[in-house]
Parts: sequence; structure tokens; C-alpha cells
Amino acid sequence: MSGFWNVWVMGLVTANLVFVAWLLYATSTGKKSDQPAGPETTGHTWDGDLKEYNNPLPRWWLNVFYASIVFALLYLALFPGFGNFKGLLAWTSSEQWAHQQADADAIVAREFAKFDGKSVAELSTDPDAMRIAKNLFAANCSACHGADAHGGKGYPNLASPNLTWGRTQDAILATISMGRQGVMPAWKAALGDTGVVQVANYVYTLSGRTAPDPQAAAAGAPQFAAICSACHGSEGQGNALLGAPNLSDDYWIYGSSLQTITETIANGRQNRMPAWGELLGSERVKLLAAYVYSLAPPPAVAN
Amino acid sequence: MQRADTYNDTVVRQFALMTVVWGIVGMLVGVLLAAQLLFPALNFDTAWLSYGRLRPLHTNAVIFAFGGSALFATSYYIVQRTCHTRLFAGALATFTFWGWQAIILAAAITLPLGITSGKEYAELEWPIDIAIAVVWVAYAIVFLGTLVKRKVKHIYVANWFFAAFIITVAVLHIVNSAEIPVSLWKSYSVYSGVVDAMVEWWYGHNAVGFFLTAGFLGIMYYFVPKQAGRPVYSYRLSVVHFWALISVYMWAGPHHLIYSTLPDWAQSLGMIFSLILIAPSWGGMINGIMTLSGAWHKLRTDPILKFLIVSLSFYGMSTFEGPMMSIKTVNALSHYTDWTIGHVHSGALGWVAMVTIGSLYALIPRLYGRTEMYSTRLIDIHFWTMTIGVVLYVASMWISGVMQGLMWRATNADGTLTYTFVEALKQTYPFYAVRLGGGLLVFAGMFLMAFNVWKTVTAENASTAGQPVPAPSH
Repeated sequence: MSGFWNVWVMGLVTANLVFVAWLLYATSTGKKSDQPAGPETTGHTWDGDLKEYNNPLPRWWLNVFYASIVFALLYLALFPGFGNFKGLLAWTSSEQWAHQQADADAIVAREFAKFDGKSVAELSTDPDAMRIAKNLFAANCSACHGADAHGGKGYPNLASPNLTWGRTQDAILATISMGRQGVMPAWKAALGDTGVVQVANYVYTLSGRTAPDPQAAAAGAPQFAAICSACHGSEGQGNALLGAPNLSDDYWIYGSSLQTITETIANGRQNRMPAWGELLGSERVKLLAAYVYSLAPPPAVAN
Repeated sequence: MQRADTYNDTVVRQFALMTVVWGIVGMLVGVLLAAQLLFPALNFDTAWLSYGRLRPLHTNAVIFAFGGSALFATSYYIVQRTCHTRLFAGALATFTFWGWQAIILAAAITLPLGITSGKEYAELEWPIDIAIAVVWVAYAIVFLGTLVKRKVKHIYVANWFFAAFIITVAVLHIVNSAEIPVSLWKSYSVYSGVVDAMVEWWYGHNAVGFFLTAGFLGIMYYFVPKQAGRPVYSYRLSVVHFWALISVYMWAGPHHLIYSTLPDWAQSLGMIFSLILIAPSWGGMINGIMTLSGAWHKLRTDPILKFLIVSLSFYGMSTFEGPMMSIKTVNALSHYTDWTIGHVHSGALGWVAMVTIGSLYALIPRLYGRTEMYSTRLIDIHFWTMTIGVVLYVASMWISGVMQGLMWRATNADGTLTYTFVEALKQTYPFYAVRLGGGLLVFAGMFLMAFNVWKTVTAENASTAGQPVPAPSH
């Protein structure tokens, strides 16, 4: 705080505390507090029968009041509050946070030491690691990906054998730690309404299904080859390096219906996986990666 | 035409009856929201029935429509009776009634449409904000003008509280609602970042302190001694707790932002001044409850007094609870949990609604030339229905709130969280059911009240003839 505001705050705090203390002192002196409600009123009458006694302030109440003021003064002496005065304990909330963070880090250092040097694949079969990872997943990931990691519309199913950004140990680690920004451009302007429907029908066939409109699908094939294959590949097999989903399998992030595919092509999609590396720390991220890895390990590991 | 030597009770009657209507509406929305938390399908996939839009409708309806109408009705009634004079600027008073109702209607339309400034308890957009400021200034002119032309030398204690409430709410509303319009129905706050948050809670907590506390203490200071037939316990105590309350409340807002990006010094001030608030708040409770000394037997037969005394008990409880929750270590547990909801409703239902309902039961027959309501038995049933409802509501939210706080912070030896969010939510479920039950009881009570009021004001001997202003007093 600048000098003026510092003085302003200190002045107001002092004035209010002094005012309240004076008010208490001035109205409580020289009177006994334990006398019963006497017959004497202040002598005023309103609305026929409204009158006021002038009983002294209850002693216990006064004591509560004084005690709260004393507490306030002590608190202001020890903690920040009186303008720029830091308080004798030099306490700050950010330091309290730093201490708690350090404690948490110490726990991680202690509990996670045994996982040092192990690969994501190794950790994925370590029961200790998976027990902790499950808790981490439940607390941090399940809100979007679901308690069973099966996701939902727009939220990838992490148990799928074919993840958009790849299922390798490194790819999963990178996804969790740095996040991902998925962008499918909108193609309505380039393809036109008819073109969108044609390409959608063609995309529908890539996963081995019969298109609702085979003629449109046939017309969509060359357009797919010209535009879409750049990212999704000539067979629609996808490209994990670009985060271009595989269109030839039976897993769809937004849904497999012709209508959903049409929407996706026409309007595009924007999606974002947040970066967790800084928030959770590399030890926890590694366990999470191992957990995701364990949900659909490559056949060699499964055997 | 009413003569100048009678009281202007027309506007009081209008506001009093609308208090009952808005009470039912506001609590209906509250009950629906409580049910939605149990059964989310109850939003019927309809945008304007969704929780996010109805929640501000509920808070605005119960605070500003129900509570506001109650404050207008009682303050207009009390200021005339205790100043021995007819209301100043009768036409302006009529304007405050229609203006306030129009504002409520505008809120009831815009909030479900999703039109909001995004500030809690100040969601209404800028055109409505301006209307509120205009009506509020008119209210201030009527009320303070009546005080000025009083025929009694001393200003009765209830009027101090009403005056403080009216003046402060004007300042709070205007400062907090300073915003830049970008279209007819969208504006942005002139403050940014943590300053905006601080202004918002300076407003928000003083809305509690002045709208929901000072104003209703004004009601209490008239109807408790009237109903008990006893003088106010201590003039001296009322002086001390009035000045302490209105000066200290101003600091308490930052306790809503504990462990946030608000600078530490502001958080500390919010906490210590909240603790200092215990005694000034309790001063009002003591003065109300001790006024009954020598008349305790009346509690057996007078359900109106039961309403008033229980409301003071809830006031005492929630004004102790609030400062405790503002302590940083307690707040670290309680913040964002249902404990906050329980605390708010202990104050809003237990204190504000009960003192309002008790006072209306005393006020309405007098406004219609009668000595009592159509049925005292129904008042008693309403009292028990509501008391049980409020206790169920508050207790269930206390338990679930503390449970949530403990579950959210529980960690395993390996540093991971013991419970997922959804596990805590699942444990909360039964308490949501109890809360809905409590809310339904409170809501049902309002229908007993509406019936009783209807029978009272439509009875053959009900009269709206002007009541004479008594002689000036010293």
C-alpha cells in the first residue's frame, strides 16, 4: 500500500476501535450491572405505551465486548492487518501455502522414491504405484474422463487402444504433462453444404460401415483425398503426431452417427486437455501416465 | 381522501400483503432449487428453470421482494406511530410501492432469462439498478421526511435502525453497482480483479448487516415491546449496540474472501472486526429477549411472541456462528461447504423470516381495524411448522457442511486425496433430502399464513378507515 492508503487504513482502524471502546466505557461506568429491571423508564412514551427502561449494560456482555477488542489488538500485533505493519510473527498466507506445499512435496519425495527410475510401462504393473495412481486419477482426471476413464462426448476414452495423440509411454506422459490443443478446422466454407454431406458419408465408410447414402460417399472420396487425408491419412488411419484421430476404427470422441460427423466437418471442433505437469509435479504425472497405460497395454505387455 | 390527522396505512397495507405473496414465491423457488439438488432432472432441460438462473431469483425474491416489502411496510407503519405524525410525501410513498413491485417483476423476468451482472446479491442489470436507486432515494425522502416532521421530541430506537439501514443501503447499492453498460441488458463492473471482489463483498456483507440486520432490528424494537406490553429492556444498551453495530459491520466484508488473493491485511481486518461484532449483535438479542422479563408467561399463550423470541434466538445463534466462521482456520474448513448455506438460512429463515412473520401477524389485524388475526391457533401451528422446518434445514446443512469440509481435505499417507469430489457429494445426498423436507415445512407454513391473512382482511368487521394520529408527545 502506498503511504496515503496505509495511513488511511491505520487511521480508520484506530478510530473505530477507540470509538467502540470509548462508547463502552462511557456508558458502563459507575453503574451496577446486576440490578433488576426497575420501574423507572427514560420518561419518554411513543404510540401510547412504548417506553424504555435504562438498565445498565450486562456485565458478562461488556466482558465479551472488551475481550473481543483485546483479541483484535493482540491479533493486529501478531498478524498483518494494521496497514503495512507486517505483525510480529511475520505471518503471510503465501508463506503458509509455501509451507504446506513443501510438506506435500516431502510426502511425495518419501512415498514416490521407490518409483524412481522405473518406466511408465514398469509402473503400470506395480500394484503400489497403481493404488496411488487410482486415487490421483479419481481426484484429478475423473471429472472429465469419468471414474472408469471411459470418457464421454468430447472427452476421450482412455481405455481405447488407439488414443488420438498416441498410446506410447512418451506420448501419454507428454499429453498429461503439457496438455493438448485439438483443433479440427471448419470445412463448410471450403466444401459447401453438399460437399460436407458427401465427405461425411465417405468418412462413415472408413470404419467398415455402409454409408447411408453410398452415392454421396463415392462423391466424397476425392474430396477426402484432396483435403482431409493431409492430416487423417489416405485411409483415414489418423496421425498421432498431429493429433488427427483415426477415422477407420470404431472409436469416436464426439460420436459415430452421420449427423455428428457432418457437424464435425462443417463446424470443426476445438478441444483442450489442460497441462498438469506444473500443478501435479513430474512424479504424480508419471504415475498417472502409467495408470492410463495400464488401461490398454500393448499386446506384448499384456502377454 | 384521508385527512391529514390520520395515519397513511394504505401503503403499509399494500406492502404488508405483498410481503406474504413474495414470501410464497421466493420460498417456492427455494424449494424447487432444493429439489433440483436432489433430482437434477427437475430443471426439465429448460434454460430458465436451470439452477444457475433460479438461484439468483430465489435470493432476490426472498431478500429484496419478501424482506424488502416487509421492511417498507413495517418502517412506514412504525415511523408514523412513533413520530405521532402522518407519513411525509404520501404520493412518493405510493411511488415506492409501485416502483418496488415493478423492480421485483423486472427481476423475476430478467433473471430466469439469464440477464445478470454476475455480482452475487446484485445480479440485476443496470437499468434495474438505476430504478432501485431512484425508488430507494424516494424511500429515504419519505422516511427521513417523516422523522423530521415528527411530533415527538425523541426519536424512537426502531427509527435509528431504519434510518441507518436506508441510508447505508443507498450507499452500498450505488457504489457496488457502478458499471459500464455495453448494451441495454449487459454491463460490466467499473472495478476489476480483487478490487471488484472486495467491493462486491463489502456490499454483500453490509447487505446482510444493514438490509437483513439493522432493518429487522428496527422491526424487533417496535413489535417485541408492543407485543410483550413491556418497556424496552435498556435504552443505554440500544445506544451502545446501535453505534457499535453500524460502525463495525462496515469492516466485515473481507471475511468472505479469506485465503483468496485479497491482501492479508484486509483478510485480517475482516476477521477481527467480525469477532468484535459478536457483542454488538448480541446487544440487540439481549435487549429484545430481556424486554420479556416479567412477561415470560405470555409465551405460553401468544404464538406471535413465540415467533419474535425464537427469531431473536436464531439471531443470537447466527451472529455467533458468523464470527466463528470468519476465523481463518475455521473458514479454511467451512468455506465453499453447505455450512455456509446452513448459516445463511439460520439467519434468513430463523431470524429475518420469523421476525417478519411474527410482526406481520401483529401488524395486519391492526391495519384492518381488528385486534387480532382470524385464527390464533393457526399462528401457533405455523410457528411449530416453521420452527421444525428451520431446525431441519439448518441442522442438515451444518452436518453436511462439516462433513464436506472434512472429506475434501482428508489425505492418505501417500499424499493423495482420500475422497473424490463425487464421493463427498454422494454422502451429502441424504442431507439434501432432509433440507428439502425442512424447506417444504417452511413453505407450507406460508400457506397457513396466507389463509389466515386472507380471512383476517376479508372479514366483515375488517376496516381500512384512517386511524387518528395521537397528540404530540415529549
